[in-house]
Amino acid sequence: MRKRMLFTLVAGTCLLSAPAWAQSLKIALSSEPTAIDPHYHALSPNNALAAHIFDGLTKQDEKQKVLPSLATSWENDGKNRWTFKLRQGVTFSNGKPFTAEDVVFTICRTLKNETAIAGSFADITGNFTAVEAPDPHTVVITTKAPDPLLPNFLSGIGILSASIVPHDKVTFDPANNCGVTGKWPVVGDFNDGKLAVGTGPYKFKSYTKGTSIELERNDKHWGTAEPWASVTFVPVPNAGPRLAGLLAGDYDVIENPAARDVSRLKDDKRFSYVITPSTRVIYFQLDVGREPSPFVKADNGKNPLKDPRVRKAMSLAIDRDAIVKRIMDGAAEPAYQFLPAGMFGALPNPPKLEYNPAEAKKLLAEAGYPNGFQVTLSTTNDRYINDSQITQAVAQYLTQVGIRAEVDAMAHAIYFPRRAKKEFSVAIGGWGSSGEASSFLRQWPATPDEAKTIGGSNYGGYADPEFDTLIRTAITTLDDAKRSELLQKAGIKALEGGAFIPLHFESTVWAYKSNLTYTGRADQFTMAMQVKPAK
Amino acid sequence: MSAYILQRLIQSVLVLLAVSIVVFLAVYGIGDPIELLVPPQVSAAERAAMIRRLGLDLPVWQQYLSFLGSALKGDLGTSFVHGVPAVELILARLPATFELVLLAMGLAAVIGVPLGLLAGLNPESRPSRAIMAGTILGFSLPSFWKGMMLILLFSVALGWLPTAGRGETVSILGFQTSLLTLNGLKHLTLPALNLAIPNMALMIRLVAAGTTEAMTQDYVKYARAKGVRRQRIVGRHVLRNILIPVVTVAGMEFGSLVAFSTITETVFAWPGMGKLLIDSIYHLDRPVVVAYVMLATLLFVVVNFLVDVLYAALDPRVKLTGEMA
Repeated sequence: MRKRMLFTLVAGTCLLSAPAWAQSLKIALSSEPTAIDPHYHALSPNNALAAHIFDGLTKQDEKQKVLPSLATSWENDGKNRWTFKLRQGVTFSNGKPFTAEDVVFTICRTLKNETAIAGSFADITGNFTAVEAPDPHTVVITTKAPDPLLPNFLSGIGILSASIVPHDKVTFDPANNCGVTGKWPVVGDFNDGKLAVGTGPYKFKSYTKGTSIELERNDKHWGTAEPWASVTFVPVPNAGPRLAGLLAGDYDVIENPAARDVSRLKDDKRFSYVITPSTRVIYFQLDVGREPSPFVKADNGKNPLKDPRVRKAMSLAIDRDAIVKRIMDGAAEPAYQFLPAGMFGALPNPPKLEYNPAEAKKLLAEAGYPNGFQVTLSTTNDRYINDSQITQAVAQYLTQVGIRAEVDAMAHAIYFPRRAKKEFSVAIGGWGSSGEASSFLRQWPATPDEAKTIGGSNYGGYADPEFDTLIRTAITTLDDAKRSELLQKAGIKALEGGAFIPLHFESTVWAYKSNLTYTGRADQFTMAMQVKPAK
Repeated sequence: MSAYILQRLIQSVLVLLAVSIVVFLAVYGIGDPIELLVPPQVSAAERAAMIRRLGLDLPVWQQYLSFLGSALKGDLGTSFVHGVPAVELILARLPATFELVLLAMGLAAVIGVPLGLLAGLNPESRPSRAIMAGTILGFSLPSFWKGMMLILLFSVALGWLPTAGRGETVSILGFQTSLLTLNGLKHLTLPALNLAIPNMALMIRLVAAGTTEAMTQDYVKYARAKGVRRQRIVGRHVLRNILIPVVTVAGMEFGSLVAFSTITETVFAWPGMGKLLIDSIYHLDRPVVVAYVMLATLLFVVVNFLVDVLYAALDPRVKLTGEMA
């Protein structure tokens, strides 16, 4: 009898342990999240991690389409009042039910978040004039100005449980602490997991900076259960060791292997990979607003970049297909606008930006530069995929049409502060849009307003009043059809202006064991929710 | 003895002060961290508030003085990137680096000293020549390349050891160590070997050169004439004499490995202090870089002091007196 019991026990343990092993997932990341706190710093790795533990009112799918999450539906009164209906029967990982109070608490917290890095979420919630909860499953948000992108922005704000700090009745009253009686949590309070209480598909297990982040399945999650009982994220910043770890079987999924190494996985039956186009556009920003420009030298002493014909010629001189094929190893799409076709407000069929050096030379001669001029292209060498090689290639293309181009490559820690001080004439840039054309257009080509809420990155001094009117109208137009039309018109204007030369959209690569499938995301987030066992 | 220690202490404080000024100015000169921290779409008002919060609106000398003021109270600043105290970040990484370097130096000494003796005693023999040729390779192969080769051989091709990262740890006296778990040791082996190889080569060369020289000295000849056994001559007389330069170099190497084993830690994704330093420089995380260099300087000062004390123990002629320093 005893023997049999032992046997049953052993057999039972084996049965239990075998699938449990198969249910664990190990993912190697190229950059590590800097905190568990979902409202600390709006960086891609942080936001991707937060999405495992916390849900937003809305969420974005692989193609950045906004879908219901903790809010099941929402409507707008045609001005600046939004009503969100909340999902019922949802509980947090600590067992507390999810209600409108948690939403009000979370919005208050983003405003009472003393350790947050600026602009992380308070830029959005700072525009709220009122957040009300008429009943436990309804939230009404009123914004200062009409904000058509509110549901889009809310997808990034992970909802916390109000139960993590002592409080009286929670109301939207930041001046008086919103009814919270305890101390507002700061970033360090989340790292041991006590406050990391969310409604997401996974819950926090452990976090050792530099070593690993462990999550386990949240069995109280309202959606379909995830196939993985436990998920471990390991930071391995170097691409070589990351791929070696996959080949050696240490990791199940890795993000961002070097594109040139992916070809070796092609013939290996043990591994698969996916290349997903992202919304991150790579471009050159031209210094068009001043005379002289620091890194341009022309015989006539002027700044040739001010002439639209010169800008057009520079774009014509570049062979985008060759750059994508040779330098990016196919892990990119040539860009003929600033957001990929198919996204909201992008042109459905933008005309191809042709490679035509003969035409470029003709335009240069017309503009009065038959012998070209001298220019230095400034670039990072550690920020975008192959950034310095891309710039080298562009310099050679420009030299071929007579524009003698040199490359000045530097670390992004040096580059970004210098660019912000407008020290460059032709500067590389990269921008990942959150699903709408306004993201790029309001930030880069727009003339800056007083508070720099638009045009904050217009380092080249581009100014086009017609474009400004279009983009300023677009960002407060709630009607989707009208806004899309305005954004498309603004996009065409910005392309015609030529102060930004788009090159390509980066693609993101994930490699994984072939007994898995991975659905790549346009926002470049690496998430366990994208991994499923292969059938 | 106490006069000597006092003198050393004053020197150390001056060194720390000088280093703090140099590092502060250097990190300040690299660039403005605000452009890396704050996304460009942030409004001017919020950006200004952030700059004020981090104290970046003050002139550099005021920033330095306020840093010095809090440093004297034991606060070396709060990381811009992680939002937690810089010292906490660094100390959390210390055990990982420490165990890595300890194992690496241990390997280097245990293998390097006997091989060096062997090569030094019979410099013309074939094994000795092979050892000395090997040391040239050990010195000259770049660390990142060697690391990748070790990974390719032992992890990818043979599948014996994990590629990167730190394994399971157990807590001892509040510190996490992976020296006491099998999984932890497996993770530790390759990075430790990678760090050990150049140091092994260094030790072999030092010991071999010292031995060859010592064997021709009068005291060795005299001992041999007296009929002392060869083992005793080597073990008792030669080894003791040549260990002084070896201990000096090992001490300095220990310090520099703890502070700057950056490349190995990066290749093997080892969560140590060197990797933290590199990451912090990339992100212009000024408080962490400054705190790091300050702690590293402190470490060198302490190690050098301990090496001096060790001299005295090894060589009875060395006396720790105030005049000597």
